[in-house]
Amino acid sequence: MANYFEGIFGRSPFKPVQEHMDLCHQAAALIEELLARAGSQSWPEVEEIREQIVALERRADDRKRDIRLHLPRGFFLPVARADLLDLLARQDKIANKAKEIAGLIVGRRMSFPPAIQESALELTRTSISACQRALDVVNELDELIATGFRGVEVQRVEEMIDALDESESRNDDAQVRLRAELHGLERELDAVDVIFLYRIIDRIGDLADNAQSVGHRLEMMLAR
Amino acid sequence: MDPTTLLLLLALLFGLYMAWGIGANDVANAMATSVGARAITVKQAILIAAVFEFLGAFLAGGEVTSTIRKGIIDSSALVGDPDVLILGMLAALLAAAVWLTVASRFGWPVSTTHSIVGAIVGFAIATIGMEAVHFDKVGSIAASWVVSPLLAGTLSFLLVRSVQWLILDRPNPELYARRYVPAYIFLAALNISLVTLLKGLKHIGLDLTAFEAIGYSVAFALVIMAGGAVMVRRIHTATATEMEDYHYANVERTFAVLMIVTACAMAFAHGSNDVANAIGPVAAIISTVQSGEVFQKASVPPYVLLLGAAGIVIGLATYGYRVMATVGRKITELTPSRGFAAELAAASTVVLASGTGLPISTTHTLVGAVLGVGLARGISALNLGVIRTIFMSWVITLPVGAVLAVLFYYMLRAALL
Repeated sequence: MANYFEGIFGRSPFKPVQEHMDLCHQAAALIEELLARAGSQSWPEVEEIREQIVALERRADDRKRDIRLHLPRGFFLPVARADLLDLLARQDKIANKAKEIAGLIVGRRMSFPPAIQESALELTRTSISACQRALDVVNELDELIATGFRGVEVQRVEEMIDALDESESRNDDAQVRLRAELHGLERELDAVDVIFLYRIIDRIGDLADNAQSVGHRLEMMLAR
Repeated sequence: MDPTTLLLLLALLFGLYMAWGIGANDVANAMATSVGARAITVKQAILIAAVFEFLGAFLAGGEVTSTIRKGIIDSSALVGDPDVLILGMLAALLAAAVWLTVASRFGWPVSTTHSIVGAIVGFAIATIGMEAVHFDKVGSIAASWVVSPLLAGTLSFLLVRSVQWLILDRPNPELYARRYVPAYIFLAALNISLVTLLKGLKHIGLDLTAFEAIGYSVAFALVIMAGGAVMVRRIHTATATEMEDYHYANVERTFAVLMIVTACAMAFAHGSNDVANAIGPVAAIISTVQSGEVFQKASVPPYVLLLGAAGIVIGLATYGYRVMATVGRKITELTPSRGFAAELAAASTVVLASGTGLPISTTHTLVGAVLGVGLARGISALNLGVIRTIFMSWVITLPVGAVLAVLFYYMLRAALL
């Protein structure tokens, strides 16, 4: 026998979206360790970390596909379906960027020159903390549903998004400093290496930019 | 065996079968939200359902039973021809019961109430003619099928909003939950007892004036509220990690107390409305057989209500508990702070309909109430396709019930007369 009443409750996409964001954050968080190991030229460990990042990115991809497959148009959600799928796509970019960075580092056996290694790690940390804050925001989704996207809870989320914005702007500052330091060393380094170091700085900054865009997408869901 | 006894036995048997079917399938829907919200265990749900379905059927099931018994068919057309009514009611019962068994087998969204009303209208039109049907009454019954989900949806929407406004949208929601949950408990208890007492309990020898009824209802609701307040004070508070994971963990625990009360209310309401589907026709047959004439004035005999109530509990005990466990496991999206709103809104609407003698679909009313919560942005995903099918199903259920009833009518007439 089958019961029809239970059929009106669709599978909730929100818990899986939170789990997806958690995987993306985990992938981004490994970049600090990766750069540190690359700095000390421990390539087997670096390769190992890259594999972990790739595995996390793959799991996030699977989760993303699973959410999309189980979110038919006939579902009535507390947020617009397109908004939710867009949020998911932005979250996913974080994991993709982490994979790209790991690929560049391993592929070209690259590391930052010792003189600017600490600044590079500092930049990475601000990016990871932006991702952490984006995860915190996404983790408020179930509370938002409990309160019907109203009241004190909305204010709390807005404050969290402000904190995320602050993280991102600290990240911008760190990026400017690191670029200046790298610029000062340019003549002593191999030209091709310098080009790729700039590219890695870009990508690390992208982590924070994507985290911020996750927060902004969620902010748009608050108002409806 | 003389034909009268045979007809009576058949009526009781079919009525019991129908009541069993209601207990086996329908009750699970009424209790599922409380089980899913983890406010009560499956075992507790069965206990609550057994007690309160029984009470609802016995204490408040009379009005709807009268409607099914004599409100749908015009009595004057059948005077002097009691056999048509007896066989017709037997056929209607059998048609509805068989159709429900088939539908539950395949998981089709078929309402017990719609089946039995369709069946009775069907046999009346086919055997006596259009003039035999009280179309004004049938019209208001059909209207109530549209109004009841709408009303329940509006109520649940307002209840969810009131919780957001009074409790969740505060810096210290736990404090306000402890303050207001007993008030909601009072509201739930008052609603149920007021409708039941105002409508009268003459059949158990309790004759109250309206003034007394209101007084007793308020007193009863206050007692329940006091009990709820004690339970609210005793809840175990959530650990720091649980609060970290979900800030409203303690609020939900407070609301879980309320959900025990609304589960009782829901079971009571379900019993009061749905028992009539099984025993309304039985009551019609019994009164006709015993008096030898059509539609005497006397009210529904209490022992028939008792039979229906017992049938529902047997259905619950033999099969319904399994359905309840499965449905409860799958409906986890409604936490107590929102699930209670759906249950209270549905229970209030159903009891109100029972009081006015309108046979409505409990499940459809509950679906309407759940939609109301969804419209307040309180549910993570509702399957609109399934909801559409559920509401469309009565377009199919009515003619199928009618055609089956006519078929069974001619089969029974060939076999018994």
